[in-house]
Amino acid sequence: MRPVLWLAPVAFAACTPATAQPDRTAEGKQAFATVHAVFLHPRCRNCHPAGDAPLQYADGRPHAQNITRRSEKNGLPCATCHRDKNGTRPNQPPGAPHWHLPPSDVRMVFEGRTPRQLCEQLKDPTKTGGRDLARLITHVQEDPLVSWGWSPGPGRDPVPIPRPQLVDAMKTWVASGAPCPD
Amino acid sequence: MVKLDVNGRPEEVAAEEDMPLLWVLRDKLGLTGTKYGCGIAQCGACTVHVDGQARRSCVLPVGDVHGKKVLTIEGLAQKPEGGTVSSPVRLHAVQQAWLDENVPQCGYCQAGQIMSTVALLAANPAPTDDDIDAALSANLCRCGTYPRIRRAVHRAAAALKGEAP
Repeated sequence: MRPVLWLAPVAFAACTPATAQPDRTAEGKQAFATVHAVFLHPRCRNCHPAGDAPLQYADGRPHAQNITRRSEKNGLPCATCHRDKNGTRPNQPPGAPHWHLPPSDVRMVFEGRTPRQLCEQLKDPTKTGGRDLARLITHVQEDPLVSWGWSPGPGRDPVPIPRPQLVDAMKTWVASGAPCPD
Repeated sequence: MVKLDVNGRPEEVAAEEDMPLLWVLRDKLGLTGTKYGCGIAQCGACTVHVDGQARRSCVLPVGDVHGKKVLTIEGLAQKPEGGTVSSPVRLHAVQQAWLDENVPQCGYCQAGQIMSTVALLAANPAPTDDDIDAALSANLCRCGTYPRIRRAVHRAAAALKGEAP
């Protein structure tokens, strides 16, 4: 009997990890809902289209003047009309540094993505230009073109969720294991 | 005072930095070949080149082009090498193609069409019809000269490659 009594606490300890963490999956999924809401806002979605044409306005209609990725290859880059800052007068083109679409080989589509589709896309470095989740957070936190979503110039609604709230949500999502919604 | 190079000439212009480049070209420098169409970069009539890239001069504050090279329709034709002040200029291949195809009708948009075409052919020396549409759909022509524009672009592309049209 003595050896059995001595082994019993050891066996119990082996089945109960000392570093067990609480399950944060639900918290992560909830945080990702904020990420999805921002990324699909017109200020973000319009330059992350499913097709080759950037979108315009809140309803996401294709860019006027037949503008597509093909335009840039034919001497009509975005910077022909879009400066590095917003126009100051109504109806002038919006602007921010390095105004551009995602490249054709890393399209980073947001338009039409369900929360789960967007989540899986963001976690796949082959679809983010090699950015891991930490670099995605840095991109969202610091990129001046991303900043434009909160200061889009006259006549355009900014992203309603504050940028720090988005960054916090992304950090929470990543810290909880980057779970994808069902 | 804003300093810029316009068609190879250094210029110093007394203008507020937020004055559109188009105003400077037309009202300060007397270069009226570049036209005002919409004022919001929607029609392309005001297209010029800044450091080799097509830009809509109606929404481009002159302060943004400080120290840069501006090319307008007036600077596109060149005097032959070794020519004198009185030597006739040689039209750019795109201008010659425009004449050969009788492209303009009222003519108001054509300076912008030509400047955009020069930018197109610099980026793509052999554009297809779809390429032309991708580049020039942002230059509007109320007379509807689009079929002749397309023919002239192909003619100019051939000329620049040394091919017979």
